Amino acid sequence: MSLASPASFQRLLVPAQRLLLSENLVLVLSVGYFVAMWPFTPGLAAPENLKNILSAMLPLLIVAIGQTFVLISRGIDLSVTSTIGLASVVGALAMNGESGWFRDSGLVVSAGVAVMLSVGTLLGAINGLAIARLRMPAFIVTLTTMMFVSGLAIWLTKSRNIYGLPAAFNVVGAYILPGVAVTLAVAVAAHLSLSRTVFGRWLYAVGHNERAAHISGVPVDRVILSAYVVCGLCGAIAAVLYTGRLETGSATMGQRILLDVIGATVIGGTSLYGGKGKVLWTVFGVLFLTLIDNTLNLQNLSHFTIMIVKGAVILLAAVLDTVRHKLAGKLADV
Amino acid sequence: MFEFRGISKGFFGVPVLSDVSFSIESGSTVGLVGENGAGKSTLMNIMGGNHQPDAGTLMLDGVSFEPRGPRDAAMARIAFIHQELNLFPNLSIAENLFLTSFPRRGGMPLIDRKTMRKRAAALLAEVELDMPPDTLVEHLTAGERQLVEITKALSIEARLIILDEPTTSLTARETERLFALMARLRGRGIAIIYISHSLDDVLRICDRIVVLRDGKLVASGPREEFTKERLVTLMVGRAIQQYFPPRVTRPSADPALEAIGLSHAGVVHNVSFTLQRGEVLGLAGLMGSGRTELARILFGLDECEHGEVRVQGRSLRSHSARESIRQRVAFLTEDRRSEGLCVEASITDNLALVTLPSLARLGWLDLGKLFASTAAICMAVRLNRSARASQPAKSLSGGNQQKVVLGKWLLAEPTVFILDEPTRGIDVGAKSEIYTLINELVARGVAVLVISSEIEELIGICDRILVMSRGELRDEVDRPDFDRERILRAALNKP
Repeated sequence: MSLASPASFQRLLVPAQRLLLSENLVLVLSVGYFVAMWPFTPGLAAPENLKNILSAMLPLLIVAIGQTFVLISRGIDLSVTSTIGLASVVGALAMNGESGWFRDSGLVVSAGVAVMLSVGTLLGAINGLAIARLRMPAFIVTLTTMMFVSGLAIWLTKSRNIYGLPAAFNVVGAYILPGVAVTLAVAVAAHLSLSRTVFGRWLYAVGHNERAAHISGVPVDRVILSAYVVCGLCGAIAAVLYTGRLETGSATMGQRILLDVIGATVIGGTSLYGGKGKVLWTVFGVLFLTLIDNTLNLQNLSHFTIMIVKGAVILLAAVLDTVRHKLAGKLADV
Repeated sequence: MFEFRGISKGFFGVPVLSDVSFSIESGSTVGLVGENGAGKSTLMNIMGGNHQPDAGTLMLDGVSFEPRGPRDAAMARIAFIHQELNLFPNLSIAENLFLTSFPRRGGMPLIDRKTMRKRAAALLAEVELDMPPDTLVEHLTAGERQLVEITKALSIEARLIILDEPTTSLTARETERLFALMARLRGRGIAIIYISHSLDDVLRICDRIVVLRDGKLVASGPREEFTKERLVTLMVGRAIQQYFPPRVTRPSADPALEAIGLSHAGVVHNVSFTLQRGEVLGLAGLMGSGRTELARILFGLDECEHGEVRVQGRSLRSHSARESIRQRVAFLTEDRRSEGLCVEASITDNLALVTLPSLARLGWLDLGKLFASTAAICMAVRLNRSARASQPAKSLSGGNQQKVVLGKWLLAEPTVFILDEPTRGIDVGAKSEIYTLINELVARGVAVLVISSEIEELIGICDRILVMSRGELRDEVDRPDFDRERILRAALNKP
């Protein structure tokens, strides 16, 4: 009796397929990875490190949730990390104690946050209008807005960082609890709007089949526009957290996390083919990627090694997405 | 030279071809005629190696020929010229001709442009197309492109050329030019299979004619044995086998949908008609007659330069799909997979798509109401009972998929329902259920417009049939006067 006989092979294959297609695959992988690395990584499970993991996850998760909306619509937003930089800079210009536009106002923090959120919304709307109305490819639109916005942020600050932000503003980013509260609020709101609102259903329909959605009376342009606005807004919320944490307005803030954002979303299971994605999946994806980052850092590996490993993991996730896509199709045909 | 021996082929248990045998001699032209769905394309796909026959063999020079793909067909020097031409508009004529066999310079992977140009010019001279070989194909007229396709066939020294509806997009002069070329090719011993709905042309240029009906060969012989009348009778002549449920209700005299002078250059010309409440109006016509385009204009998907559409007497000014849905017009498209369904999404999500706003308050979905109403509609359209509401639409059979599309529109409680090929690719049982549903709709006063390639179907279910050809309404037939030949004649644009 060889192991390769069809029956025993089948017996191995079915649970493997089920796990591969499971919604919680990435959570299982994350937990497995954590347990496997525990013995080899000193300090991995220390409370201080767990807090680090959580605090690294927070802003990243908010950005990735925005990206989830865009990916479900069958688009992509490469400009969201530049949005973070511009929002940070504009917010700091508005609030700093030396020359800030609102420095003498009693509502300096509220006004500053409002300005930052407006920047994100506006940039999202520009992307969305170009993609939905002018039917331009999302990749090119957001690639060029990324360049433009990054440049603009640096030009505004003459490539200097801006300090002297109000203490009340820094609280949001500096402490973990307010950060958790904001992130949780964003995640819950995003989850509910995807699963319980007309807009959410429309978004999935547009991602699945734009033509069928259009014929069924879905306002396709408006839905696509909204997805990019949500993404820009999420970028701006993340910018509030990052800026507060660093107590600095910086034009290059968030530049490094672009691949993490898209990678984590895709690792979670949101499909690049559109129509598929969940906030919870994105939470798992961000958890997984942050864990990898954290463990490799604890191993004292160089920045380049970490990049290599992360790149490989994200590539693997993209391959897995394709395999799952095909496998799901095959199972459905039977 | 080439022979079909007892070819049979079925898809998903539905026979498409059964026991078809005929042969083609070198230097002869065989006309292949039959209604849409008679099996002509399947037969050609078998020749081209895209499908394998379930039974029977193809014989080439007395040897069995089993093509497995387009390459095999090209190796056997068989060339296909399809209705939609397979040219790359962004490349030059010469590049299109030698796409798979660019002349090389020495052994290097460099294209020998000089030789390519010279050989292309020689080939173009053969078909008498007076054009520089460097001309981009996008600058050519439809007729010139056709000639390039034939040149391509000559470049592989084809012995057998299959022309599928070659004249639909040609002007009268271009058609004459094509026929003259075909006569020359025949003189060189090249065999031609000519597929066309234009019976006059078939009778004029073919040596032999083969008639297919429902996948069976019903007649074949030399041209002299046929007349136009006989061909039409052969193509349609069969008793209605499908079961059409009887209808008791009559149309009212209350207009639900009115088209007034709809014209759009190259698409429809001066189309006017009225659809009454409780009426099933059929729209017959061949492929390319403008029937689907008309439906898209009525629903507001395509624009129309002149004329207006009225629903319940109200003119639809800024016409869009959303506006039509607001006026309770529904539209089942002919292409279920790419326009009707989100195939990856669940049955429930597909069913609810049109009516989402009415299932929500301020954008917030009432999931209880959503599940209740979609479950109710599953019953109403008699969706397969074993189907779970959460399973993806693509896992359903064609008939059940169509019921989901129907259900999605029925939830919106339409007053006008436009159905474009509602039973295409559906088994007989599901067809009959869809006919029953149509009866239930008109009994409730819904006005139904049905577009179909199957004349029998229209005769079976309609109160009145409009016949379309080249973008114009050619005939209008009331139920007592229904006559297959009259309808087909009008669709073929014969007096």
